[in-house]
Amino acid sequence: MSFLLLAEQLLNGLQFGVMLFLTAAGLTLVFGVMGLINLAHGSLFMIGAFAAAAVAAASGSFLLAVMASIAAAAAAGVLVEVLVIRRLYARDHLDQVLATFALILIFSEGTRWLFGSFPLFLDIPDYLSGPVTLPGGIDYPLYRLTIIGVGLLVALGLFLLIARTRLGIQIRAGESDREMIAALGVNISRLYTVVFALGAALAGLAGALIGAIQSVQVGMGEPVLILAFVVIVIGGIGSIKGALAGSILVGLTDTLGRALLPGLFGLFMEPADATSIGSALSSMLIYILMAVVLIVRPTGLYGARA
Amino acid sequence: MTRETLFNAVLGLGLFAFPLWAWWAEEPFMITLSTRVVILALAGVGLNLALGLGGLVSLGHAAFFGIGGYAMGILASHAQSYTPLMEFPFVIEGTKSMPVIWLVAVVASALAALVIGALSLRTSGVYFIMITLAFGQMLFYFAISWPAYGGEDGLSIYVRNSFPGLNTLDPIQFFLICYAILGAVLLLSARLAASPFGLALNAARQTSERVETVGIRPYRLRLTVFVISGMITGLAGALFADLNRFVSPSMLSWQTSGEIMVFVILGGVARLFGPVAGALLFILLEHVLGGLSEYWHIYLGLLLLGVVLFARGGVIGTLAGQGGKHG
Repeated sequence: MSFLLLAEQLLNGLQFGVMLFLTAAGLTLVFGVMGLINLAHGSLFMIGAFAAAAVAAASGSFLLAVMASIAAAAAAGVLVEVLVIRRLYARDHLDQVLATFALILIFSEGTRWLFGSFPLFLDIPDYLSGPVTLPGGIDYPLYRLTIIGVGLLVALGLFLLIARTRLGIQIRAGESDREMIAALGVNISRLYTVVFALGAALAGLAGALIGAIQSVQVGMGEPVLILAFVVIVIGGIGSIKGALAGSILVGLTDTLGRALLPGLFGLFMEPADATSIGSALSSMLIYILMAVVLIVRPTGLYGARA
Repeated sequence: MTRETLFNAVLGLGLFAFPLWAWWAEEPFMITLSTRVVILALAGVGLNLALGLGGLVSLGHAAFFGIGGYAMGILASHAQSYTPLMEFPFVIEGTKSMPVIWLVAVVASALAALVIGALSLRTSGVYFIMITLAFGQMLFYFAISWPAYGGEDGLSIYVRNSFPGLNTLDPIQFFLICYAILGAVLLLSARLAASPFGLALNAARQTSERVETVGIRPYRLRLTVFVISGMITGLAGALFADLNRFVSPSMLSWQTSGEIMVFVILGGVARLFGPVAGALLFILLEHVLGGLSEYWHIYLGLLLLGVVLFARGGVIGTLAGQGGKHG
């Protein structure tokens, strides 16, 4: 495999990883602060994508569509938190899994009812389409490069938000001792709503950005949700740093595995066998990675507690 | 007789009487529907052992359901094409005999549960939920991308497998086979919950440290119950594939794991007949609401949300009260 192709696959893996980070960050934040396992996070991703597709179709502006996706996902997040999620914080994980599974059913069927079963399409705007030439002579799509940039910016912003701002202090305090910060006069219930909305907004943004690469359809959230779970389990649940490391690791492993494994098996196997074994193994690769990480470190790379 | 035993008896008899009525009234579809309830209940009874008795929230039980399904699909497809499964180092032929298929399904699920459980039980809490989910997905993607047995399209078999002395093509006879298995497994499950093993496991679920203090390793108890649970769900998978004469990766999907869990919760966690009540209610809703609206999942979701938020203990908990709850 040539250097150019490998570099391109590396960038694809990075882009995939950055997208996963946007989804996983909200999930890990919500778990870290509220101790809540939210299966419906993928639905918020889907809502973002649908909102973006609908607004783009109506207005023709991609920027407006992205803003709409953030707003719609955050609004859905607030609504769900106030109506349902709030009652689940004190419950055990089983109840949380079930209730958020129920939310997936409601969101998915509701979206199908509103938009129909056919996929929608979200076009990449002209100013972001086409390839750019990177140093070293690599031609790479500008849009994917933009996604990497946006994702890294969001990651930086999130680190600053948590490390430097008052809200960040409250979030960190909420992770370690929720009674104490409530006693110190922080409105904990509003803090929870804000954190949930923040996570939802990030998922919505990811949905809109990915929606322009894939098609926008009901059920698009679940594969991403499960990958985000893999990411935060590898990184350590509740850790933003872990989510970033896990996302990049999963993104690179998956993309490079799919690109390289069939060829690798082809070195010592029949081409047909190599393709089928290679593709079967590469689709399982990230789960194998996760199992290995958990066997070596049962609470993930950056996780402190179970 | 507590209210729960009474409820269980009514449920068990009703589930037996309804298909007999359908048989008399010549409504084969209703018999098939009842068979579905029985098989899905069996899958739920499997999960309920791990979930209710062991406190292990496994979101990956579709793995065992699917392994059971594929055990049936692979053996039967080899038998119907007269090609051996394996020629080297010794020949293994496919088979159309249900007892053999069940045995293979149960052993294969047990092995899978042993591996998955041994690795997953190193973690606990949310990590456990997610790692079981990930193992389920691993098998799901494997089934999709492995072309030898149908890949994404799944495997069909032409004729239902046979059981010595019975005609399994007759819906009522196949129903009776499934019902008998469910009954036997429920009995086993009740015995298991009341046995020293079940009591120790129950104690380990509540306070793991105390169990360790008296010299029992919770890890072993949990692994054992996880394997038993996987075996039962695997057997249900083989029956389910036989009912549909079809197996596909969707049996391994995480939605299937979610649905099996829904049966358990709807009926009532750790209740002996919980999964039976849950599966019955689920299929009933699917049948009734599915006829009313194409979007019946919305109502299912709302109902499920209502049960989790307001009716803890599920159907049996609501009808029979908290008394007599084992586990």
